[in-house]
Amino acid sequence: MEFKSNTPIYLQVIDDIKSRILAGEICPGEKLPSSRELALQYDINPNTAARIYTEMERMGLSYTKRGIGTFVAENPKAVDEMKEEAVEKVLGEFIQNMSNLGFDKETMIKELTEYLSK
Amino acid sequence: MKVQCSNLTKKYYTKTAVDHINVTFSEGHIYALLGPNGSGKSTLMKMISGLTSPSDGEISFDGEKQTWRSKADVAYAPTESFFFNYMSIKDVGNYYEDFFEDFDREIFLKLLQEMALSEDLKIKNLSSGMLAKMKIAVTLSRRAKMILLDEPLNGIDLMSRDTIIKTIIGYAPENGCVVISSHMVEELEKTVDYAIFMRDGSIVFETDVEQLREKERKSIVDKYREIYSWEVA
Repeated sequence: MEFKSNTPIYLQVIDDIKSRILAGEICPGEKLPSSRELALQYDINPNTAARIYTEMERMGLSYTKRGIGTFVAENPKAVDEMKEEAVEKVLGEFIQNMSNLGFDKETMIKELTEYLSK
Repeated sequence: MKVQCSNLTKKYYTKTAVDHINVTFSEGHIYALLGPNGSGKSTLMKMISGLTSPSDGEISFDGEKQTWRSKADVAYAPTESFFFNYMSIKDVGNYYEDFFEDFDREIFLKLLQEMALSEDLKIKNLSSGMLAKMKIAVTLSRRAKMILLDEPLNGIDLMSRDTIIKTIIGYAPENGCVVISSHMVEELEKTVDYAIFMRDGSIVFETDVEQLREKERKSIVDKYREIYSWEVA
C-alpha cells in the first residue's frame, strides 16, 4: 500500500481496513491478524500496528478478547456509520468536482439521472 | 533496555566525526539514522557496538557504563562484508554460534529459508543482494537487545530490499531496539517509528515519525529534503 505523506500512517491503514469491511472482504465478528502480522501485511512499524488496534477499539470498530486476539465489531451501527461516512466522502468529492466544472444543482441531477438510466 | 549517549565525541586526528552527541535509544522502537555520507552515522554505531572508543563523553546501558559485558547485548552489521570468502553459509552460522551466546540456530535456519538462501552456498558466490540478506539473517539470529544495521539496503535490488524490510519488521526484538542507518529514506518511511537526522557529526533534528505527519503534515522524506536541500550532492 502506498501511503500519503501528510496523514499519519495509522489513520491510513484504519481507512483501508474500514473500506475492506464495507466491501465485505472482512466480516463483522471476524478475527483480525495479530499486530505483528498486521505490521507485516502493510510493511509498517509494529508500534504503529499496535496503535491501529487501540484506535479501532476506541472508535468501536473492533474489540479485544484477552489472549485470543482482536475481532471486528459485530454491531451493525458502526458499519452503518462507516457507510454514511464513505457516501459523504464520495458524494462530497463528486459535487466539488462538478461545481468546479461549472454545473449547478439542477444540471448535476439531470446529468446524474441521465447517466444512471444509460 | 535503554541506551544513552551523552556528549559522545569521536575525533580522528583533526577531523571530528561525532561531535558531542546526546541521544537515547529505548526498547520497542525501530530508529532510522539518517544523513548524507560522512555525517557520522557509522562512527556512532561503531562506538555503541564497542568497536571503537569515544574520544569524549560516554555510553550507558540501562544506566550502567559501557563494559565488555554490555557489548554482548549489541548485534552490529557493518556496511562492509565481514565474512571470509571461503566459508559457506553454514560455516558462518557455526562461527556465529561459537562466538555469540545469544545466537539462535533455529531462528537462523528459519531466516535462511524465508530468504531462500541455501546453507551450502559459498560466500564468494553470493550476489550482493544475497550477501545483504545473509548479513541480516546472522545479525537478527542473535537475540540481542540492540541491533545496529549500517546501510543494510545499500546497492541491492528492490526485491531483496523488500525481503530485508519485512524481516526486520518480523524479527525486531520486543524487549530491544533496532537502529537502521540509511540514505535511502523512502525505504524506511513506513518501517521506523523514530527518525534521527545527522549532519557533520551532530544531530540536527529528531522526531517521532507519526507525530511529524500529525503536526507538520510531513513524511520523513519531506523533512529530509527540508534539512539537506542546501547541501551540494
